Amino acid sequence: MSAYHRPVPNTWWLKRTPYVLFMLRELTSIFVAGYCVFLLILVYKLTQGADAYGNFIDALKSPSSIALHFITLAFVLYHTITWFNLTPKILVLYKGEEQIPKALVAGVFYTGWVVVSIVVALLVLGM
Amino acid sequence: MAETIKLEIFRYRPEKESEPTFLTYEVPFLEDWVVLDAINHIKDEIDGTLSYRWSCQMGVCGSCGVMINGVPKLSCAAFLKDYYPDKIRVEPLTGFPVERDLVSQIDDFMTKLTKIQPYIIRKRGEEKPLDEGEYLQTPAELARFKPYSMCINCMLCYAACPVYALDSTFIGPAAIALGQRYNMDSRDHGRSARQELIASHEGIWECTFVGECSAVCPKDVDPAAAIQRAKVSSTVDWFKDVLIPWGKKK
Repeated sequence: MSAYHRPVPNTWWLKRTPYVLFMLRELTSIFVAGYCVFLLILVYKLTQGADAYGNFIDALKSPSSIALHFITLAFVLYHTITWFNLTPKILVLYKGEEQIPKALVAGVFYTGWVVVSIVVALLVLGM
Repeated sequence: MAETIKLEIFRYRPEKESEPTFLTYEVPFLEDWVVLDAINHIKDEIDGTLSYRWSCQMGVCGSCGVMINGVPKLSCAAFLKDYYPDKIRVEPLTGFPVERDLVSQIDDFMTKLTKIQPYIIRKRGEEKPLDEGEYLQTPAELARFKPYSMCINCMLCYAACPVYALDSTFIGPAAIALGQRYNMDSRDHGRSARQELIASHEGIWECTFVGECSAVCPKDVDPAAAIQRAKVSSTVDWFKDVLIPWGKKK
């Protein structure tokens, strides 16, 4: 008598919400990587002279480009928040015998994120 | 008439069928009944051919794990009232071959559990004779690994892990968490002996941090965290090897 091996369908991740959210988190990596490539292209255009850079910036003002940027922003936010929330599970730190509170570990990451965002915003807005 | 609830149960009887089927049973609905009580009622009063595992009926032995409406749970800890009046679907744990009905084949897990060497390993020559007493440890040293020592080997974490379902070579959550439990024990020197398996491709690096192993754990062991922490320490090992090749070997 043989044991029965249940097949795993390709749609396994649609069966439960936590699996869907996991796949969504995996998908966000594509947007994070894609935006890194975009930033590299932006720098490359800068090296091609003022006209090339200006044309590229103009192209970015199209509605489809703006929509894509909003979608990317949503995915990157989801990526950042889910990973920051998971960080205290991985980074278990001790001060002497006392464990440093999980909220503090995550808090350091969130604070760093806010500070960097403010600096970038100030640079971009030219203040 | 007294209230009843329906259970749709996975049946696989290899002597008469090559594919599993689902049979629906109607059992009395009692406020304080858990799914295991309902299954016991079916076995005793309706269909004595139903096979399943159970023992302590109080969330300690870890034998009665099944999928309840697609979620791995101990059937002794899942109350009927949380599902009533809907039908409850009961299946054997995902990821394991099915021996019969709700009974999974767990040999693979047992083998992996042994391979991880889940016991205190001392450096050669540092074993104390029994009459010298136990190896002492402070409460703080105990606290560092204690959550990982609460595992009851119920295998719910394996059933929740899509990686294990897709590739059963993965050592899996409970075994790695148990390895980590000993690695973090101040009395243990066996980390390097376990590392070959833990840091292998079938070990921690197979894990994609879905996190459901920890979500379904009835003892809050958090195997997902144990695996990620092992990834961090293995990465630190690698950097040390590369950057300080003349340094002390693990």
